Amino acid sequence: MKTETKGSCRKAFTSTLNALAYEYPDINAVTTDARGSVTLEQFAQEHPEQFVEMGIAEQDAVSVSAGMALTGKNVFVCGPACFLTTRSLEQVKVDVAYNKTNVKVVGVSGGLSYGPLGATHTTVTDIAQIRCIFNMTVLLPADAVQTEAITRQLAQFHGPVYMRMGRGDVYDVYPKGEEFTIGKAKQLRDGSDLTIIACGEMVWYAVRAAEKLEQDGIHARVLDMFTIKPIDREAVLKAARETGHILTVEEHSVYGGLGGAVAEILSQELPTPMKIMGLPDEDIILGNSSELFTYYGIDGDGIYKGAQELLKK
Amino acid sequence: MNHESIRFLEEQAARRRIDILNLIYKAKTGHIGGSLSSIDVLTALYYHVMDVDKIKAGDPERDRFVLSKGHSVEGFYSILADKGFFPKEELSTYAQFHTRLACHPTSKIPGVEVSTGSLGHGLPVAVGMAIALKRDNRKSHVYVVMGDGEQGEGSVWEAAMAGPAYKLDNLTAIVDRNHLQISGNTENVMCLEPLADRYRSFGWNVVCINGNDFGEIIPALLTRVPGKPTAVISDTVKGKGISFMENQAAWHHKVPTEEQYQQAMEELEQKLKIN
Repeated sequence: MKTETKGSCRKAFTSTLNALAYEYPDINAVTTDARGSVTLEQFAQEHPEQFVEMGIAEQDAVSVSAGMALTGKNVFVCGPACFLTTRSLEQVKVDVAYNKTNVKVVGVSGGLSYGPLGATHTTVTDIAQIRCIFNMTVLLPADAVQTEAITRQLAQFHGPVYMRMGRGDVYDVYPKGEEFTIGKAKQLRDGSDLTIIACGEMVWYAVRAAEKLEQDGIHARVLDMFTIKPIDREAVLKAARETGHILTVEEHSVYGGLGGAVAEILSQELPTPMKIMGLPDEDIILGNSSELFTYYGIDGDGIYKGAQELLKK
Repeated sequence: MNHESIRFLEEQAARRRIDILNLIYKAKTGHIGGSLSSIDVLTALYYHVMDVDKIKAGDPERDRFVLSKGHSVEGFYSILADKGFFPKEELSTYAQFHTRLACHPTSKIPGVEVSTGSLGHGLPVAVGMAIALKRDNRKSHVYVVMGDGEQGEGSVWEAAMAGPAYKLDNLTAIVDRNHLQISGNTENVMCLEPLADRYRSFGWNVVCINGNDFGEIIPALLTRVPGKPTAVISDTVKGKGISFMENQAAWHHKVPTEEQYQQAMEELEQKLKIN
């Protein structure tokens, strides 16, 4: 039985960035009146010369970050994912991606983590929007351990990145000290009957579903696709070859996200029975994350049912 | 500014105008009106104000130039070629298949600090450069040229708030106030006035000049006020230098016919002779 400890991705990100900023003077954080919601207060206090407050102006914040990067800075522009990826999408496209500036667009409270705040505060189209833009790397860490490890790598990663995290504490998927390589999927369980490919907070639920399937004698492989772009196509093709069924699950619209990225590979290179699980193309009802995951069938039980449906096809 | 320096700059500007006309006539595309209105300011920057050798060397202490009105690119390319950032012969590839000389500047071209083309990006990018350069105690100054129609973009005003907040006295924003945008007079499309007061109220040091007169351009570009960014409202004539294009909105991006080209070239060459 897995332990069920929890950690905050936001806090793992900011405490790691805070420590890295001493070691790497080129690291800068830019925010949009969101130092509280990103948990950047300590960074702002300890590194005032590496911190830039732009006020509630996401477009400006992203362009300013690009300008700073053009002078040699490694800039982390941080704010609620819902605004940072949509309000300033053109700034991400032009000033970050097209200009290939060393800017990390870090969206917090993504997916459904704002829960009852409603549709303005959901972020369920960001993967689709940003992975289509050339030069962008797209990352969705699964837990605090992975967030910390990735943040460390970003201190030395040159180029445009989008990283999305949630708001609340999430279950730990990985033991402390686990290592990751950007662009390489992390296999959490091996299996021969199907593969569940998940990202972000869905990874923990995917493992729960696999455990439940195991009790039925169904062996599910679980891949944490925390790098959605560039996606680990080898891991996807290997999973399709070896397990014959692919189920994707994400805290994102079923259109254009992780499922879309996997389908783009398999439909062209190795057509494989697939199921894409995520959020429907409709107005999301209100509730907290776990209530919504259950309602939309993307918690452990929901993924378990989805896997059974896929295998019946 | 002595008379000789001004004559030198006028001659350079006249040569750049000839290039603008040639590029657009040959490629049958481009934004001639705004290139002609803003070329005097660009000429002043590259032939008098900025240390171009430092820019060429990629010196961290170099001044930065951002062409926020990226569509006024032809004159910019002419300057970069003349200054040796790339071979002059390459100008003939402007807007052609597989060229790097696109109709908006891209940072693939030596000398172009940042790719532009979508309006309302240049000022905030310049603010970011100025914040970082100031914090690094660089002597560099950042110059950004915007269009007047571009002032309609909200992101311009987000950055206009940030410039004075960060006391960016190493930043000069020039508005090429040629009074015309693609649909007509700016005041009929979306009223910009009182533009100088708007910048002033945001906390900028504001200088209003005739942007086609080097005697006024140079001192304006060299103006520094401690703790404040400077906005230069550069009153210009759209299509400046070619009589039938002047103050005509249609010449925002019209391409001259052969007959018009001949007449325009005669006028520009005449100007060169006077100098």
